[in-house]
Amino acid sequence: MARDRSQARTLASTFLGYFVLVFFALVFLYPFVIQIGNSFKTEPDAAANPLSPVPEVFSTSAYERVFLGTDLPIWLGNSVLVTIVVTVARVLLNSMAGYALARLRFGGRKAIFSALIAVMAVPGVVLFIPKFLVLNQLGIYNSYTALILPVIVDAAGVFIMKQFFESIPVSVEEAARIDGAGVFRTYWSVVLPMARPALLTLTIIAFQGTWNEFPHSLVAVQDPALFTLPRGLADLVSGSLGVGTQYPLKLGAAVLATIPVAIIFLVFQRYFVRGANEGSEKG
Amino acid sequence: MAATTHPAAHPPSRRGLSARAKENIAGWLFVAPVVIILGLFMLLPILMALWVSFTDWNGQGSPFKSTVPMAGLDNYTKLFTDEGLARQDFMTSLRNNFYYVVIVVPAQTVLALGLAIVVNSRVLKGKTFFRGAFFFPSVTSSVAISVVFLFIFANSGAVNGLLGLFGIEGPQWFSDARGTLHLLLSAVGLWDIDNPPAALLSGGPFGLSWWEWLSGPSVGMMTIIILVIWTSSGTFMLMFLAALQDIPASLSEAAMIDGADRKRVFRHVTLPMLKPTLFLVLTLGMIATWMVFDQVYVMSQGNPAKTTLTPAYLSYRTAFRNFEYGPGTAISFVLFAIIVIMTLAQRWIMRDRGAPGRSRAAAAQREV
Repeated sequence: MARDRSQARTLASTFLGYFVLVFFALVFLYPFVIQIGNSFKTEPDAAANPLSPVPEVFSTSAYERVFLGTDLPIWLGNSVLVTIVVTVARVLLNSMAGYALARLRFGGRKAIFSALIAVMAVPGVVLFIPKFLVLNQLGIYNSYTALILPVIVDAAGVFIMKQFFESIPVSVEEAARIDGAGVFRTYWSVVLPMARPALLTLTIIAFQGTWNEFPHSLVAVQDPALFTLPRGLADLVSGSLGVGTQYPLKLGAAVLATIPVAIIFLVFQRYFVRGANEGSEKG
Repeated sequence: MAATTHPAAHPPSRRGLSARAKENIAGWLFVAPVVIILGLFMLLPILMALWVSFTDWNGQGSPFKSTVPMAGLDNYTKLFTDEGLARQDFMTSLRNNFYYVVIVVPAQTVLALGLAIVVNSRVLKGKTFFRGAFFFPSVTSSVAISVVFLFIFANSGAVNGLLGLFGIEGPQWFSDARGTLHLLLSAVGLWDIDNPPAALLSGGPFGLSWWEWLSGPSVGMMTIIILVIWTSSGTFMLMFLAALQDIPASLSEAAMIDGADRKRVFRHVTLPMLKPTLFLVLTLGMIATWMVFDQVYVMSQGNPAKTTLTPAYLSYRTAFRNFEYGPGTAISFVLFAIIVIMTLAQRWIMRDRGAPGRSRAAAAQREV
């Protein structure tokens, strides 16, 4: 009797659990379904049936117009260039600094680490005007240098790498050093290969962060030929398109901005998860 | 925080420099790029901006020439003590952001915790899929997502279509400046939104009437609130999930054997163990919500009727649209101060996290 009741209760709570999961999966994913569906609609169709994911007539005209009628191809190119350069630079420079802070003994190490912790607390939004000021003063405002140089390192990345290097045993490096390898050789051919999982996490965080970066491009450049994809997309939305709402076109452009990160996410989900949790530990 | 492991022995160098000196040089070479870039693009700019916040620089030429008019503390006093549009806008932005924080932080925390508990359940399958589905919005571009939500909340968009299925006529989200607290208390009959009580209209602190202070977030702001809850819950869910997985199963099993039912195990075992993570999520949320910018820029630009104006957006607009760099920078620094206070509060609360949660959980285990 009691056992039946508890079994029924377990069944009910399992059902409730799945209901909650499926409901929220819909809430979190359906907007993306709507986004993709409506990007293949004609404008009147998207306006009349915004909830439906299936176009009445399948149309790629939004994508044709976005590629032929806007500067999006240039923005896409800029985004690819900036993302690749920044990601490679961040992985290299952050891991070098993280290694030095974890393993090398040099004067001022503690001071640098404290400064790094302080820097991590500086919120990006209060740096808009300051960044513009310094770019302007250095004469590099509105250039690729302005888009790339200020973001090729990030304090949080250094922190993640430092934590990682402190977690791996020092013995292998010592062996290499005793064999007479210099610091840089040891780092390059012994330490980096061991750090592959951390480097992959760092690569993914850097890629995602740079690809999605918006406010930095807002204060670094003003020439549409230098816009990255998020900046160009924001520009399209704020009315550079002219007549009509043109939602299929805007949604199509947003789909293009989402695809690269979506692919990386599908392939490397566990590294994203690790990255999010590393982020929580720095607090 | 100091590194605990060091190469114990320094082999004698073959060339002139001692191993110690070489390590010193290598150390500095390794950190040099990070130090230079962060110094040049974070520290220096902050100092420059501090200077600019005491001037009336208009963006022409260098802000450090002697011809640039000095403003002293005017840019700051205009925000707090001098009557005028600058203070009114700034106070409006603080009000808007405050209501935004008050709704977003608890909502995203509760949602994240709830989802984590369900995903963590041992009897349910497909964990990886659901975890991925809930987390995915967090990793996408804030601009792209804002575009999607513009479409979803359009007047004849998906949300109003959905509400229509239930016979509800949805509002014109992005042009509705009515405060939701005004609407709510009007519906309850406490006051009439079209005919606000004169007592509340006549006075109030910092240039806004009590009626304006008590507006709640506008209907327009609700779209940004919903968007941010939707995008940020996934990340916080992962933090809760990691914490839940750290709780040893033996702990709750022991409580169950002692005769505690599931609700009591959750209240007296799970929740105390989650306390450090709960504080972390709350304080990270408090910090992040004061920085809302991208969504405002793309979705509303401060409209309707300045009800989605936030300090971050206001500072941007003041500097880059009105070319008032001094006042714009002053707003940034006040916002900086708000966020620093939140951060210090977080570090103070978390100063020895783990320890209290664990001992209390142990105590709770004894209780049940």
